[in-house]
Amino acid sequence: MLEQLGDELKRRLREWTTSMVGNDLEHRVEQIGHVGNEFGVDPFGFDLDYALAAIAPFLWLYKNYFRVQIFDIDRVPPGRVLLVANHSGQLPLDGAMILVAMLTEARRPRAVRSMVEKWVQTLPYVSTFMARVGQIVGTPENCRRLLEGEEAILVFPEGVRGLGKTWPQRYRLQDFGLGFMRLALETNTPVVPVAVIGAEEQAPSLMNVKPLARMLGFPYLPLTPTIVPLPLPTRYRIYFGEPMKFTGRADEEDAELDKKVAAVKSRLQSMIDAGLKERKHVFS
Amino acid sequence: MRPAVVVTGISGNLGRTLAKLLHTRERIIGIDRRAFPGKPKDVEMYQLDLRKKKAEDVFRRNDVRAVIHMGIMHDPRMNEEEHHSFNVVGTTRLLEYCAKYGVKKVVVLSSANVYGPSPDNSNFLTEDAPLMAASRFSEVRDLIEVDMLAHGFFWRHPDSQTVILRPVHIVGPNIKNAPSNYLRLKYPWVLAGFDPIVQLIHVEDAARAMIEALRPEARGVYNVVGPGEVPLSAIARELGRSAIPVPHLIARPLLELLFKYHLASFPPPELDHIQFLCAVDGSRWAKDVGWKPRYSMRETIRSVLNE
Repeated sequence: MLEQLGDELKRRLREWTTSMVGNDLEHRVEQIGHVGNEFGVDPFGFDLDYALAAIAPFLWLYKNYFRVQIFDIDRVPPGRVLLVANHSGQLPLDGAMILVAMLTEARRPRAVRSMVEKWVQTLPYVSTFMARVGQIVGTPENCRRLLEGEEAILVFPEGVRGLGKTWPQRYRLQDFGLGFMRLALETNTPVVPVAVIGAEEQAPSLMNVKPLARMLGFPYLPLTPTIVPLPLPTRYRIYFGEPMKFTGRADEEDAELDKKVAAVKSRLQSMIDAGLKERKHVFS
Repeated sequence: MRPAVVVTGISGNLGRTLAKLLHTRERIIGIDRRAFPGKPKDVEMYQLDLRKKKAEDVFRRNDVRAVIHMGIMHDPRMNEEEHHSFNVVGTTRLLEYCAKYGVKKVVVLSSANVYGPSPDNSNFLTEDAPLMAASRFSEVRDLIEVDMLAHGFFWRHPDSQTVILRPVHIVGPNIKNAPSNYLRLKYPWVLAGFDPIVQLIHVEDAARAMIEALRPEARGVYNVVGPGEVPLSAIARELGRSAIPVPHLIARPLLELLFKYHLASFPPPELDHIQFLCAVDGSRWAKDVGWKPRYSMRETIRSVLNE
Protein backbone atom coordinates (compact mmCIF):
# COMPACT_ATOMS: atom_id res chain seq x y z
CA MET A 1 0.00 0.00 0.00
CA LEU A 2 2.65 2.46 1.12
CA GLU A 3 4.87 1.08 -1.58
CA GLN A 4 2.36 1.83 -4.38
CA LEU A 5 1.84 5.26 -2.92
CA GLY A 6 5.59 5.81 -2.98
CA ASP A 7 5.87 4.60 -6.56
CA GLU A 8 3.01 6.83 -7.66
CA LEU A 9 4.56 9.84 -5.95
CA LYS A 10 7.88 9.07 -7.57
CA ARG A 11 6.27 8.85 -10.99
CA ARG A 12 4.49 12.17 -10.59
CA LEU A 13 7.58 13.94 -9.31
CA ARG A 14 9.59 12.55 -12.19
CA GLU A 15 7.01 13.94 -14.63
CA TRP A 16 7.25 17.28 -12.87
CA THR A 17 11.02 17.25 -13.30
CA THR A 18 10.66 16.42 -16.99
CA SER A 19 8.14 19.21 -17.49
CA MET A 20 10.54 21.73 -15.94
CA VAL A 21 13.71 20.61 -17.69
CA GLY A 22 12.16 19.71 -21.02
CA ASN A 23 13.06 16.94 -23.45
CA ASP A 24 16.68 17.65 -22.82
CA LEU A 25 16.44 15.64 -19.60
CA GLU A 26 16.81 12.17 -21.11
CA HIS A 27 19.89 13.25 -23.00
CA ARG A 28 21.39 14.76 -19.86
CA VAL A 29 20.69 11.65 -17.85
CA GLU A 30 22.53 9.55 -20.42
CA GLN A 31 25.56 11.80 -20.21
CA ILE A 32 25.83 11.30 -16.48
CA GLY A 33 26.61 7.65 -17.03
CA HIS A 34 25.16 6.42 -13.76
CA VAL A 35 25.96 2.77 -13.17
CA GLY A 36 23.22 1.21 -11.09
CA ASN A 37 22.79 -2.48 -10.33
CA GLU A 38 19.61 -4.47 -10.97
CA PHE A 39 18.05 -2.59 -8.05
CA GLY A 40 18.88 0.80 -9.50
CA VAL A 41 21.52 1.88 -7.00
CA ASP A 42 25.24 2.34 -7.28
CA PRO A 43 27.45 0.90 -4.52
CA PHE A 44 27.04 4.09 -2.49
CA GLY A 45 23.25 3.84 -2.58
CA PHE A 46 22.78 6.59 -5.16
CA ASP A 47 19.63 5.97 -7.19
CA LEU A 48 19.45 8.27 -10.22
CA ASP A 49 15.82 7.44 -10.86
CA TYR A 50 14.92 8.43 -7.31
CA ALA A 51 17.12 11.50 -7.56
CA LEU A 52 15.37 12.73 -10.72
CA ALA A 53 12.06 12.51 -8.90
CA ALA A 54 13.35 13.97 -5.65
CA ILE A 55 14.94 16.91 -7.42
CA ALA A 56 11.57 18.28 -8.63
CA PRO A 57 10.74 20.54 -5.65
CA PHE A 58 14.32 21.83 -5.59
CA LEU A 59 14.17 22.47 -9.30
CA TRP A 60 11.00 24.47 -8.72
CA LEU A 61 12.74 26.50 -6.00
CA TYR A 62 15.70 26.95 -8.33
CA LYS A 63 13.59 28.33 -11.16
CA ASN A 64 10.76 30.16 -9.43
CA TYR A 65 11.75 30.96 -5.88
CA PHE A 66 15.46 31.66 -5.81
CA ARG A 67 15.53 32.37 -9.59
CA VAL A 68 19.12 31.19 -9.67
CA GLN A 69 21.57 32.91 -12.00
CA ILE A 70 24.61 30.88 -13.02
CA PHE A 71 27.96 32.26 -14.10
CA ASP A 72 30.74 30.33 -15.85
CA ILE A 73 29.46 26.89 -14.94
CA ASP A 74 31.39 25.34 -17.81
CA ARG A 75 34.64 26.09 -16.06
CA VAL A 76 34.05 22.85 -14.18
CA PRO A 77 36.41 20.40 -15.87
CA PRO A 78 35.45 16.83 -16.76
CA GLY A 79 36.73 14.06 -14.50
CA ARG A 80 37.57 14.35 -10.85
CA VAL A 81 37.01 17.76 -9.36
CA LEU A 82 36.43 19.36 -5.96
CA LEU A 83 33.88 22.17 -5.90
CA VAL A 84 34.61 24.34 -2.90
CA ALA A 85 31.78 26.67 -1.90
CA ASN A 86 30.78 29.04 0.84
CA HIS A 87 28.12 27.60 3.10
CA SER A 88 25.24 29.51 4.64
CA GLY A 89 21.51 29.84 5.04
CA GLN A 90 20.75 27.58 8.04
CA LEU A 91 19.34 24.95 5.68
CA PRO A 92 21.79 23.54 3.10
CA LEU A 93 19.81 24.79 0.09
CA ASP A 94 23.00 26.28 -1.35
CA GLY A 95 24.23 22.74 -1.86
CA ALA A 96 20.96 21.70 -3.46
CA MET A 97 21.03 24.64 -5.87
CA ILE A 98 24.60 23.85 -6.97
CA LEU A 99 23.52 20.25 -7.54
CA VAL A 100 20.52 21.30 -9.62
CA ALA A 101 22.68 23.69 -11.63
CA MET A 102 25.26 21.04 -12.44
CA LEU A 103 22.56 18.60 -13.45
CA THR A 104 20.39 20.88 -15.55
CA GLU A 105 22.55 23.78 -16.73
CA ALA A 106 26.07 22.53 -17.22
CA ARG A 107 27.06 21.68 -20.78
CA ARG A 108 28.51 18.46 -19.38
CA PRO A 109 25.90 17.54 -16.79
CA ARG A 110 27.27 16.00 -13.62
CA ALA A 111 25.65 14.29 -10.69
CA VAL A 112 27.58 16.14 -8.02
CA ARG A 113 28.04 14.39 -4.72
CA SER A 114 28.47 16.43 -1.63
CA MET A 115 30.08 15.50 1.62
CA VAL A 116 27.52 15.65 4.40
CA GLU A 117 27.86 15.71 8.18
CA LYS A 118 28.03 12.38 9.98
CA TRP A 119 25.18 13.66 12.12
CA VAL A 120 22.89 13.39 9.11
CA GLN A 121 23.23 9.61 9.22
CA THR A 122 21.41 9.52 12.53
CA LEU A 123 18.34 11.33 11.17
CA PRO A 124 15.45 9.22 9.91
CA TYR A 125 14.23 9.95 6.36
CA VAL A 126 16.93 12.59 5.87
CA SER A 127 19.67 9.96 5.93
CA THR A 128 17.88 7.81 3.36
CA PHE A 129 17.00 10.77 1.17
CA MET A 130 20.60 11.97 1.16
CA ALA A 131 21.98 8.56 0.25
CA ARG A 132 19.53 8.04 -2.63
CA VAL A 133 20.30 11.41 -4.18
CA GLY A 134 24.01 10.63 -4.07
CA GLN A 135 25.14 12.54 -1.00
CA ILE A 136 27.84 10.85 1.02
CA VAL A 137 29.04 10.99 4.60
CA GLY A 138 32.07 13.23 4.63
CA THR A 139 34.84 10.87 5.61
CA PRO A 140 38.23 11.17 3.87
CA GLU A 141 37.94 7.53 2.73
CA ASN A 142 34.64 8.22 0.98
CA CYS A 143 35.96 11.35 -0.67
CA ARG A 144 39.13 9.61 -1.86
CA ARG A 145 37.18 6.70 -3.27
CA LEU A 146 34.82 8.98 -5.21
CA LEU A 147 37.59 11.18 -6.57
CA GLU A 148 39.45 8.11 -7.75
CA GLY A 149 36.21 7.18 -9.50
CA GLU A 150 36.40 10.55 -11.35
CA GLU A 151 33.39 12.05 -9.60
CA ALA A 152 32.61 15.71 -8.89
CA ILE A 153 32.57 16.38 -5.15
CA LEU A 154 31.07 19.42 -3.48
CA VAL A 155 32.63 20.44 -0.20
CA PHE A 156 31.88 23.25 2.19
CA PRO A 157 35.13 23.64 4.13
CA GLU A 158 33.35 25.94 6.58
CA GLY A 159 31.07 23.05 7.53
CA VAL A 160 28.35 23.83 10.06
CA ARG A 161 30.32 26.92 11.11
CA GLY A 162 29.26 28.35 7.77
CA LEU A 163 25.76 26.94 7.60
CA GLY A 164 24.84 28.22 11.05
CA LYS A 165 26.44 31.63 10.80
CA THR A 166 24.53 34.58 12.18
CA TRP A 167 23.43 37.73 10.35
CA PRO A 168 26.48 39.91 11.09
CA GLN A 169 28.81 37.15 9.77
CA ARG A 170 27.19 36.98 6.32
CA TYR A 171 29.60 36.70 3.41
CA ARG A 172 32.55 36.47 5.80
CA LEU A 173 34.09 33.07 5.28
CA GLN A 174 34.53 31.11 8.49
CA ASP A 175 37.55 28.94 9.23
CA PHE A 176 38.27 26.40 6.52
CA GLY A 177 38.99 22.77 7.28
CA LEU A 178 42.18 21.42 5.71
CA GLY A 179 40.85 18.00 4.77
CA PHE A 180 39.80 18.91 1.23
CA MET A 181 43.28 20.19 0.37
CA ARG A 182 44.93 17.02 1.64
CA LEU A 183 42.60 15.01 -0.60
CA ALA A 184 43.13 17.33 -3.58
CA LEU A 185 46.89 16.84 -3.29
CA GLU A 186 46.67 13.14 -2.69
CA THR A 187 44.41 12.46 -5.65
CA ASN A 188 45.73 15.24 -7.88
CA THR A 189 42.32 16.86 -8.16
CA PRO A 190 41.63 20.42 -9.38
CA VAL A 191 39.72 22.73 -7.04
CA VAL A 192 36.95 24.92 -8.43
CA PRO A 193 35.86 27.69 -6.06
CA VAL A 194 32.12 28.32 -6.13
CA ALA A 195 30.67 31.53 -4.70
CA VAL A 196 27.02 31.47 -3.72
CA ILE A 197 25.42 34.89 -3.37
CA GLY A 198 21.93 35.16 -1.92
CA ALA A 199 21.83 32.16 0.38
CA GLU A 200 23.48 34.14 3.13
CA GLU A 201 20.40 36.36 3.45
CA GLN A 202 17.76 33.67 3.00
CA ALA A 203 17.27 33.00 6.72
CA PRO A 204 18.84 35.70 8.90
CA SER A 205 19.90 34.12 12.15
CA LEU A 206 19.90 36.48 15.10
CA MET A 207 21.71 34.06 17.32
CA ASN A 208 22.74 30.46 17.65
CA VAL A 209 20.84 28.98 20.62
CA LYS A 210 23.64 26.70 21.73
CA PRO A 211 22.19 25.14 24.89
CA LEU A 212 19.00 24.11 23.11
CA ALA A 213 21.00 22.82 20.14
CA ARG A 214 23.07 20.70 22.50
CA MET A 215 19.96 19.39 24.18
CA LEU A 216 18.45 18.30 20.87
CA GLY A 217 21.73 16.97 19.54
CA PHE A 218 21.79 19.50 16.69
CA PRO A 219 25.05 21.03 15.53
CA TYR A 220 23.49 24.52 15.89
CA LEU A 221 20.04 26.03 16.32
CA PRO A 222 19.32 29.41 14.74
CA LEU A 223 16.87 31.93 16.11
CA THR A 224 15.34 33.56 13.04
CA PRO A 225 12.56 36.15 12.73
CA THR A 226 10.33 33.37 11.36
CA ILE A 227 11.26 31.08 14.32
CA VAL A 228 11.96 28.14 12.00
CA PRO A 229 14.59 29.01 9.38
CA LEU A 230 12.21 29.26 6.44
CA PRO A 231 14.15 30.70 3.52
CA LEU A 232 13.14 34.08 2.08
CA PRO A 233 12.95 34.38 -1.73
CA THR A 234 16.36 35.95 -2.10
CA ARG A 235 17.85 35.74 -5.57
CA TYR A 236 20.74 33.28 -5.85
CA ARG A 237 23.77 34.04 -7.99
CA ILE A 238 26.28 31.23 -8.30
CA TYR A 239 29.74 31.97 -9.66
CA PHE A 240 32.12 29.24 -10.75
CA GLY A 241 35.80 30.14 -10.62
CA GLU A 242 38.77 28.97 -12.71
CA PRO A 243 40.03 25.53 -11.64
CA MET A 244 43.00 25.80 -9.26
CA LYS A 245 45.72 23.16 -9.46
CA PHE A 246 47.86 22.41 -6.44
CA THR A 247 50.96 20.32 -6.18
CA GLY A 248 52.81 19.09 -3.16
CA ARG A 249 52.74 16.32 -0.63
CA ALA A 250 49.45 15.39 0.99
CA ASP A 251 51.09 14.57 4.30
CA GLU A 252 52.67 17.99 4.70
CA GLU A 253 52.39 19.84 7.97
CA ASP A 254 49.23 21.80 8.58
CA ALA A 255 51.12 25.10 8.21
CA GLU A 256 52.04 24.24 4.62
CA LEU A 257 48.52 23.11 3.79
CA ASP A 258 47.19 26.24 5.43
CA LYS A 259 48.91 28.39 2.78
CA LYS A 260 47.25 26.47 -0.04
CA VAL A 261 43.88 26.53 1.70
CA ALA A 262 44.28 30.27 2.27
CA ALA A 263 44.76 30.70 -1.49
CA VAL A 264 41.43 28.99 -2.15
CA LYS A 265 39.76 30.94 0.61
CA SER A 266 40.97 34.31 -0.60
CA ARG A 267 40.00 33.50 -4.18
CA LEU A 268 36.54 32.54 -2.98
CA GLN A 269 36.25 35.65 -0.81
CA SER A 270 37.16 37.89 -3.73
CA MET A 271 34.61 36.12 -5.94
CA ILE A 272 32.01 36.72 -3.23
CA ASP A 273 32.96 40.38 -2.94
CA ALA A 274 32.80 40.85 -6.71
CA GLY A 275 29.45 39.08 -6.84
CA LEU A 276 28.05 41.30 -4.11
CA LYS A 277 29.18 44.39 -6.00
CA GLU A 278 27.45 43.23 -9.17
CA ARG A 279 24.20 42.60 -7.39
CA LYS A 280 21.65 45.42 -7.30
CA HIS A 281 19.23 44.04 -4.77
CA VAL A 282 18.93 41.04 -2.46
CA PHE A 283 15.61 39.97 -3.95
CA SER A 284 16.19 40.74 -7.62
CA MET B 1 47.95 -41.13 4.18
CA ARG B 2 47.36 -37.97 2.19
CA PRO B 3 47.88 -34.68 4.04
CA ALA B 4 44.54 -33.53 5.43
CA VAL B 5 42.55 -30.34 5.78
CA VAL B 6 41.02 -30.02 9.25
CA VAL B 7 37.65 -28.26 9.26
CA THR B 8 36.22 -27.17 12.60
CA GLY B 9 32.50 -26.50 12.91
CA ILE B 10 31.94 -28.82 9.98
CA SER B 11 28.43 -29.79 11.09
CA GLY B 12 27.07 -26.29 10.72
CA ASN B 13 25.36 -25.18 7.52
CA LEU B 14 28.42 -23.43 6.18
CA GLY B 15 30.66 -26.36 7.24
CA ARG B 16 28.48 -28.92 5.51
CA THR B 17 28.33 -26.81 2.37
CA LEU B 18 32.09 -26.49 2.40
CA ALA B 19 32.61 -30.23 3.00
CA LYS B 20 30.45 -31.07 0.01
CA LEU B 21 32.43 -28.74 -2.24
CA LEU B 22 35.85 -29.80 -0.99
CA HIS B 23 35.76 -33.52 -0.20
CA THR B 24 36.31 -34.66 -3.77
CA ARG B 25 39.55 -32.74 -3.94
CA GLU B 26 40.98 -32.91 -0.45
CA ARG B 27 41.14 -35.31 2.43
CA ILE B 28 38.92 -33.68 5.06
CA ILE B 29 38.95 -34.24 8.80
CA GLY B 30 35.96 -32.64 10.47
CA ILE B 31 35.82 -31.59 14.11
CA ASP B 32 32.53 -30.59 15.70
CA ARG B 33 30.60 -31.28 18.87
CA ARG B 34 27.53 -31.87 16.77
CA ALA B 35 26.94 -34.84 14.50
CA PHE B 36 27.19 -34.45 10.74
CA PRO B 37 24.14 -36.12 9.24
CA GLY B 38 24.51 -36.86 5.56
CA LYS B 39 28.28 -36.69 5.80
CA PRO B 40 30.12 -37.66 2.61
CA LYS B 41 31.74 -41.07 3.19
CA ASP B 42 35.30 -39.91 2.68
CA VAL B 43 35.09 -37.19 5.35
CA GLU B 44 36.67 -38.36 8.60
CA MET B 45 34.70 -36.98 11.50
CA TYR B 46 35.67 -36.43 15.11
CA GLN B 47 32.76 -35.47 17.29
CA LEU B 48 34.55 -33.61 20.06
CA ASP B 49 35.14 -30.27 21.71
CA LEU B 50 38.23 -28.30 20.64
CA ARG B 51 38.95 -27.46 24.26
CA LYS B 52 39.41 -31.14 25.13
CA LYS B 53 42.82 -32.80 25.08
CA LYS B 54 41.53 -35.35 22.58
CA ALA B 55 41.42 -32.68 19.90
CA GLU B 56 45.19 -32.65 19.90
CA ASP B 57 45.23 -36.31 18.85
CA VAL B 58 43.80 -35.30 15.50
CA PHE B 59 46.94 -33.25 14.88
CA ARG B 60 49.29 -35.80 16.44
CA ARG B 61 48.05 -38.67 14.32
CA ASN B 62 47.55 -36.97 11.00
CA ASP B 63 49.58 -34.92 8.62
CA VAL B 64 47.54 -31.73 8.69
CA ARG B 65 48.35 -29.43 5.82
CA ALA B 66 45.70 -26.82 6.51
CA VAL B 67 43.07 -25.83 9.06
CA ILE B 68 39.79 -24.11 8.27
CA HIS B 69 38.36 -22.78 11.51
CA MET B 70 34.64 -22.14 11.50
CA GLY B 71 33.89 -23.55 14.92
CA ILE B 72 32.61 -20.27 16.22
CA MET B 73 29.25 -20.14 17.90
CA HIS B 74 26.80 -17.24 17.72
CA ASP B 75 23.81 -17.82 19.91
CA PRO B 76 22.44 -14.79 21.71
CA ARG B 77 20.49 -17.06 24.06
CA MET B 78 23.48 -19.11 25.16
CA ASN B 79 25.09 -18.59 28.53
CA GLU B 80 27.67 -15.89 28.00
CA GLU B 81 30.47 -17.64 29.85
CA GLU B 82 30.06 -20.91 27.98
CA HIS B 83 29.82 -19.02 24.71
CA HIS B 84 33.01 -17.11 25.41
CA SER B 85 34.93 -20.15 26.58
CA PHE B 86 33.88 -22.22 23.59
CA ASN B 87 34.85 -19.53 21.09
CA VAL B 88 37.94 -18.02 22.63
CA VAL B 89 39.47 -20.98 24.45
CA GLY B 90 38.61 -23.24 21.54
CA THR B 91 40.36 -20.93 19.07
CA THR B 92 43.38 -20.50 21.36
CA ARG B 93 43.82 -24.27 21.63
CA LEU B 94 43.41 -24.78 17.92
CA LEU B 95 46.03 -22.15 17.11
CA GLU B 96 48.38 -23.76 19.64
CA TYR B 97 48.08 -27.07 17.80
CA CYS B 98 48.64 -25.32 14.49
CA ALA B 99 51.89 -23.86 15.83
CA LYS B 100 53.02 -27.07 17.53
CA TYR B 101 52.41 -29.30 14.53
CA GLY B 102 53.60 -26.79 11.95
CA VAL B 103 50.36 -26.42 10.02
CA LYS B 104 51.25 -24.46 6.89
CA LYS B 105 47.88 -22.83 6.25
CA VAL B 106 45.39 -21.52 8.79
CA VAL B 107 42.09 -20.07 7.60
CA VAL B 108 39.91 -18.41 10.22
CA LEU B 109 36.34 -17.36 9.60
CA SER B 110 35.63 -13.96 11.10
CA SER B 111 32.90 -11.61 9.88
CA ALA B 112 32.43 -8.12 8.47
CA ASN B 113 30.31 -7.54 11.56
CA VAL B 114 33.47 -6.99 13.57
CA TYR B 115 33.57 -3.40 12.28
CA GLY B 116 30.09 -2.72 13.57
CA PRO B 117 27.38 -0.57 12.00
CA SER B 118 27.70 3.10 12.86
CA PRO B 119 26.64 6.50 11.55
CA ASP B 120 30.32 7.44 11.39
CA ASN B 121 31.27 4.63 9.04
CA SER B 122 32.65 5.30 5.59
CA ASN B 123 30.60 3.63 2.89
CA PHE B 124 33.23 0.98 2.38
CA LEU B 125 35.39 -0.17 5.24
CA THR B 126 38.78 -1.58 4.39
CA GLU B 127 40.58 -4.28 6.36
CA ASP B 128 42.49 -1.73 8.44
CA ALA B 129 39.35 -0.08 9.85
CA PRO B 130 39.06 -0.40 13.63
CA LEU B 131 36.90 -3.21 14.97
CA MET B 132 34.27 -1.15 16.73
CA ALA B 133 31.40 -3.60 16.92
CA ALA B 134 31.79 -4.37 20.61
CA SER B 135 31.33 -0.75 21.60
CA ARG B 136 27.61 -1.14 20.99
CA PHE B 137 27.09 -4.87 20.95
CA SER B 138 28.94 -6.88 23.57
CA GLU B 139 27.86 -10.22 22.08
CA VAL B 140 30.24 -9.66 19.19
CA ARG B 141 33.15 -9.48 21.58
CA ASP B 142 33.88 -13.18 21.08
CA LEU B 143 34.05 -12.75 17.37
CA ILE B 144 36.43 -9.82 17.64
CA GLU B 145 38.58 -11.74 20.07
CA VAL B 146 38.78 -14.70 17.71
CA ASP B 147 39.72 -12.32 14.91
CA MET B 148 42.43 -10.76 17.10
CA LEU B 149 43.75 -14.16 18.19
CA ALA B 150 44.13 -15.13 14.55
CA HIS B 151 45.79 -11.77 13.93
CA GLY B 152 48.30 -12.44 16.69
CA PHE B 153 48.99 -15.86 15.24
CA PHE B 154 49.54 -14.33 11.81
CA TRP B 155 52.32 -12.09 13.14
CA ARG B 156 53.91 -14.65 15.47
CA HIS B 157 54.08 -17.46 12.93
CA PRO B 158 55.19 -16.06 9.60
CA ASP B 159 56.05 -19.59 8.48
CA SER B 160 52.41 -20.54 8.32
CA GLN B 161 50.11 -18.68 5.99
CA THR B 162 47.26 -17.28 8.00
CA VAL B 163 44.10 -16.03 6.34
CA ILE B 164 41.36 -14.21 8.21
CA LEU B 165 38.17 -13.90 6.22
CA ARG B 166 35.57 -11.30 7.08
CA PRO B 167 32.59 -12.10 4.88
CA VAL B 168 29.49 -9.95 4.79
CA HIS B 169 26.14 -11.33 6.02
CA ILE B 170 25.95 -14.98 5.03
CA VAL B 171 22.50 -16.04 3.88
CA GLY B 172 21.13 -19.19 2.38
CA PRO B 173 18.59 -21.96 2.59
CA ASN B 174 18.48 -23.44 6.11
CA ILE B 175 20.95 -20.87 7.45
CA LYS B 176 19.79 -19.83 10.87
CA ASN B 177 21.84 -16.72 11.56
CA ALA B 178 20.30 -13.33 12.37
CA PRO B 179 20.33 -11.88 8.83
CA SER B 180 18.77 -14.98 7.25
CA ASN B 181 16.17 -15.24 9.99
CA TYR B 182 15.37 -11.59 9.57
CA LEU B 183 14.85 -11.96 5.84
CA ARG B 184 12.49 -14.86 6.46
CA LEU B 185 10.14 -12.75 8.57
CA LYS B 186 6.79 -12.14 6.84
CA TYR B 187 6.41 -8.80 8.59
CA PRO B 188 9.93 -7.61 9.35
CA TRP B 189 10.49 -4.50 11.41
CA VAL B 190 12.27 -1.69 9.72
CA LEU B 191 13.31 1.54 11.40
CA ALA B 192 11.14 4.29 9.99
CA GLY B 193 13.17 6.51 7.70
CA PHE B 194 16.30 4.36 7.73
CA ASP B 195 17.25 2.30 4.74
CA PRO B 196 20.92 1.38 4.90
CA ILE B 197 22.84 -0.31 2.12
CA VAL B 198 23.49 -3.94 2.97
CA GLN B 199 25.76 -6.60 1.56
CA LEU B 200 24.89 -10.28 1.45
CA ILE B 201 26.77 -13.37 0.40
CA HIS B 202 25.28 -16.75 -0.47
CA VAL B 203 26.38 -19.54 1.85
CA GLU B 204 27.86 -21.47 -1.06
CA ASP B 205 29.89 -18.46 -2.13
CA ALA B 206 31.09 -18.07 1.45
CA ALA B 207 32.13 -21.72 1.46
CA ARG B 208 33.92 -21.24 -1.86
CA ALA B 209 35.75 -18.28 -0.38
CA MET B 210 36.98 -20.44 2.52
CA ILE B 211 38.28 -22.92 -0.04
CA GLU B 212 39.91 -20.20 -2.16
CA ALA B 213 41.71 -19.12 0.99
CA LEU B 214 43.69 -22.37 0.86
CA ARG B 215 45.53 -21.05 -2.18
CA PRO B 216 49.06 -19.83 -1.54
CA GLU B 217 48.32 -16.30 -2.82
CA ALA B 218 45.87 -15.71 -0.01
CA ARG B 219 47.53 -14.32 3.08
CA GLY B 220 46.38 -11.91 5.75
CA VAL B 221 43.03 -10.27 6.44
CA TYR B 222 40.34 -10.06 3.79
CA ASN B 223 36.87 -8.64 3.57
CA VAL B 224 34.79 -10.94 1.40
CA VAL B 225 31.92 -9.37 -0.50
CA GLY B 226 29.16 -11.15 -2.39
CA PRO B 227 27.34 -9.84 -5.45
CA GLY B 228 27.24 -6.25 -4.24
CA GLU B 229 25.25 -3.65 -2.38
CA VAL B 230 21.53 -3.13 -2.11
CA PRO B 231 19.23 -1.01 0.08
CA LEU B 232 17.41 -2.95 2.78
CA SER B 233 14.08 -1.82 1.33
CA ALA B 234 14.92 -3.35 -2.05
CA ILE B 235 15.48 -6.72 -0.37
CA ALA B 236 12.12 -6.56 1.37
CA ARG B 237 10.52 -5.70 -1.94
CA GLU B 238 12.28 -8.54 -3.74
CA LEU B 239 11.02 -10.98 -1.14
CA GLY B 240 7.54 -9.47 -1.19
CA ARG B 241 7.62 -8.59 2.49
CA SER B 242 5.37 -6.07 4.17
CA ALA B 243 7.83 -4.21 6.32
CA ILE B 244 6.53 -2.58 9.48
CA PRO B 245 8.14 0.81 10.05
CA VAL B 246 8.89 1.38 13.73
CA PRO B 247 10.27 4.74 14.96
CA HIS B 248 13.84 4.10 16.00
CA LEU B 249 13.41 5.79 19.37
CA ILE B 250 10.84 3.26 20.53
CA ALA B 251 12.15 0.26 18.61
CA ARG B 252 15.08 -0.33 20.94
CA PRO B 253 13.25 -0.38 24.29
CA LEU B 254 10.41 -2.34 22.70
CA LEU B 255 12.70 -5.02 21.30
CA GLU B 256 14.55 -5.19 24.58
CA LEU B 257 11.31 -6.06 26.30
CA LEU B 258 10.26 -8.57 23.66
CA PHE B 259 13.67 -10.23 23.70
CA LYS B 260 13.68 -10.49 27.47
CA TYR B 261 10.36 -12.32 27.45
CA HIS B 262 11.38 -14.55 24.53
CA LEU B 263 8.88 -12.94 22.18
CA ALA B 264 11.59 -11.91 19.77
CA SER B 265 14.72 -13.76 18.77
CA PHE B 266 16.82 -10.74 17.86
CA PRO B 267 18.91 -9.05 20.53
CA PRO B 268 18.23 -5.27 20.48
CA PRO B 269 21.69 -4.19 19.26
CA GLU B 270 21.00 -6.05 16.02
CA LEU B 271 18.82 -3.05 15.18
CA ASP B 272 22.00 -1.17 14.35
CA HIS B 273 22.28 -3.34 11.26
CA ILE B 274 18.98 -2.07 9.90
CA GLN B 275 19.74 1.51 10.89
CA PHE B 276 23.37 2.21 9.99
CA LEU B 277 25.94 1.27 7.43
CA CYS B 278 28.42 -1.54 7.87
CA ALA B 279 29.53 -2.22 4.32
CA VAL B 280 33.01 -3.33 3.40
CA ASP B 281 35.44 -3.01 0.53
CA GLY B 282 36.27 -6.45 -0.82
CA SER B 283 38.72 -5.33 -3.49
CA ARG B 284 41.80 -6.79 -1.79
CA TRP B 285 40.27 -10.26 -1.80
CA ALA B 286 39.02 -9.81 -5.37
CA LYS B 287 42.51 -8.87 -6.49
CA ASP B 288 44.51 -11.52 -4.62
CA VAL B 289 42.46 -14.56 -5.56
CA GLY B 290 40.46 -13.24 -8.52
CA TRP B 291 37.27 -13.56 -6.51
CA LYS B 292 33.89 -13.66 -8.25
CA PRO B 293 30.76 -14.82 -6.46
CA ARG B 294 28.67 -17.39 -8.36
CA TYR B 295 25.29 -16.20 -7.14
CA SER B 296 23.72 -12.98 -8.37
CA MET B 297 22.17 -10.50 -5.96
CA ARG B 298 18.70 -11.69 -6.77
CA GLU B 299 19.61 -15.36 -6.29
CA THR B 300 21.37 -14.56 -3.04
CA ILE B 301 18.38 -12.69 -1.64
CA ARG B 302 15.94 -15.36 -2.74
CA SER B 303 18.07 -18.17 -1.34
CA VAL B 304 16.61 -17.62 2.14
CA LEU B 305 13.26 -18.80 0.82
CA ASN B 306 14.44 -22.31 -0.09
CA GLU B 307 14.24 -24.71 2.78
